[in-house]
Amino acid sequence: MSTATRRGILVNPYLRMNNEMVEQIHRGSMELLQNPGVEVWNEEAAALYDRGGAAVSRRGENGAWWVKIPEKMVRDALEAAPRRVVLGARNPENALVLDGAEPRVFFGTGSETNFILTTRAEKFVSREDPSRERVFPLHGKKRGTLEDLCRAARLGEQLEHLDFFIRPVNIQDDDITEHNKDVNKFFACLDNMTKHVMAGLTELEQMDNVVHMAEIVAGSAGELRRNPVISFITCLTKSPLQLVDDATRKMLAAVERGLPVVLSSSPQGGSSAPVAEAGMVVQINAEILAAVVLSQLARPGAPVIYGSVPVRARMDNLHDMYGAPEFNQYNVDCVQMARYYGLPVYSTGGVADAKVPGIQAAVEKFFSHLYVTMSGPHLLHYAFGLLEETQTFCFEQAVLDNEHIGMVKTVMEAPEIDPETINDNLEVIRKVMQSPHRLFARYARKRIHSGRLYMGYPFEGGEEYDETMLRAMEATEQLLAKPAPRLPEEVRQRVFDEVPGILDRLK
Amino acid sequence: MSTNNELIEAIRYNVIQGRRNKDDEGLEDELTGRPGVEELVREALDKGVPLQDILLRGLSEGMQVVGEKFERKEYFIPDMLAAAEAVGTVMDILEPHLVKEGRQPRGKFVLATVENDQHDIGKNIVGIMLKGAGFQVVDLGISVPSATIVEAVRREEANFVGLSALLDTTMRFMEKTVKGLEAAGLRDKVKVIIGGAPTSPEFAAKIGADAHCRDAFAAVATAEKMAAGSM
Repeated sequence: MSTATRRGILVNPYLRMNNEMVEQIHRGSMELLQNPGVEVWNEEAAALYDRGGAAVSRRGENGAWWVKIPEKMVRDALEAAPRRVVLGARNPENALVLDGAEPRVFFGTGSETNFILTTRAEKFVSREDPSRERVFPLHGKKRGTLEDLCRAARLGEQLEHLDFFIRPVNIQDDDITEHNKDVNKFFACLDNMTKHVMAGLTELEQMDNVVHMAEIVAGSAGELRRNPVISFITCLTKSPLQLVDDATRKMLAAVERGLPVVLSSSPQGGSSAPVAEAGMVVQINAEILAAVVLSQLARPGAPVIYGSVPVRARMDNLHDMYGAPEFNQYNVDCVQMARYYGLPVYSTGGVADAKVPGIQAAVEKFFSHLYVTMSGPHLLHYAFGLLEETQTFCFEQAVLDNEHIGMVKTVMEAPEIDPETINDNLEVIRKVMQSPHRLFARYARKRIHSGRLYMGYPFEGGEEYDETMLRAMEATEQLLAKPAPRLPEEVRQRVFDEVPGILDRLK
Repeated sequence: MSTNNELIEAIRYNVIQGRRNKDDEGLEDELTGRPGVEELVREALDKGVPLQDILLRGLSEGMQVVGEKFERKEYFIPDMLAAAEAVGTVMDILEPHLVKEGRQPRGKFVLATVENDQHDIGKNIVGIMLKGAGFQVVDLGISVPSATIVEAVRREEANFVGLSALLDTTMRFMEKTVKGLEAAGLRDKVKVIIGGAPTSPEFAAKIGADAHCRDAFAAVATAEKMAAGSM
């Protein structure tokens, strides 16, 4: 296996909170874990907490277990949890190394939208001046299908700045059932891309089929643990401070199988968590730490990722709101907390509340693409193509986001300032001062041709009106025209033979 | 020892690399220290390589490749400028030889940024490109009073005047210069070409200039047409 892995972008992290604030959040979370503690709806989890030293009590025969977690258990769990988690990939060069001590950012998709925003160009004639014709993009909405997921994976393979893949669309075909959904969604991703594939599990009973598929793709059971081509996302927390039964069982099952798991919590500021930054962060941090404790009680050393997906409530309908500046504040704080604990972090950014691509979408997305990236999360999910508060995925928007993330990465590059570059530049300035025209143009040439210089907005066009979307449509079409990186035929055949439920049309 | 053909090919290659002389780095690696266009042209002249070959097969063909690369978006303005500058540098060396062979230069430009205007990036780029295209260029610099420009036209017996302005407050000095040329009886001896952000073809017509050029490429194309008598 090659040692080269994806580079992402190593940032000099922006610190929103000072050390004292970080300490205060930590202390607040520790207090919450003791009072009121966590309400746990899964018996195995309650037993694990109990054996680990928590104070566990039950309210009635059918009630939840109340678990009060002492700080020592948190400390022990943080001691046991690995600082470094590897997310493998079909192409090992696409693997991601997440190091709790190194703020290297990788960008990924998310997260199971129900709708695809379709785009087509249509010609319009002005009523005032019928000689004036213009082409504008028009959008439509359709339910996501397995075919859309395959296309999204193929596109994801081609997007330069897309480092990991979470299915951006929910497959809603008539022949997809609760029972065959998991194997089909994982196969659609793995057969159409060579990057890391992450997902939540629909049905716990499918875990072994999915893991077996991944073992076949990786080469063997042992190879899958060395190069985990898939990982799981488990949202075991129901905010505030409850661990739900189903997702907790899925988390425990994934941990048991030795695969990386995101321990995700997604409270909504203003409804399921305080809207105030301090309250939101103190609560989500407690929720994620409760899950970290549980994972390490189940299997010390289990590779887990601090999964912070704090959002804000939109006050006219209580939907999730991603364009809110507070959303970005919450997320940046969580990244800082994860780094305080030395854990790899899965963070959130780049979603628009806007329903279609355009100015609102660009502002909302770029704002959080940039700001959350500055804080140095390891995994920035939701970063591609998401519109309408994550209700809708748009291929062309994903292509736009890819370019915008590239710009963010350039901004985040470490400054190249050292004695050698200073001296080189002094020499250039002196040479130019001695020249008749005082022009630095010729000294820009090597950088231009090295590809390290931003050469202009790739979707530029239109003197009278914005043609960005038309250019993005062309680019999307070109990327999707490239062949899918299918699994080798013998691997596909083994998957079809040994993993039940994969639909014929994927074969 | 290089053969004539090798020398001409090296001149062409170094034009494409935009290397004036041995100190220029060019685009490809490790070129610094190797002879550039200037050294190669001197060597070619010493060896008696025909002037025609240096000009056409070396410099012009090199510039043509650069132009094609620019069209294909493989090259950018800095590459065009570097190549034009490399050619412009040796035009001074070649000039006496051209005169000796009885060849007429393409024409002489007096260039200036007009009075009260300090902006010269555009004017300098035009100067480099014109020189690269084989025109002689007398650059008077920035904030040049119209009387100085008129005097230079007379002294240099220039065929063209190129006037540049970036500010809408200074472009009026272009008109003053045109009037100055008229008063000095020089107006029908020179073509006046103007350029700069606030200027336009309409403005050029209004002040009695011969042409407005939106960029350096247009300036070269316009000057070439005028020199050929087709404009």
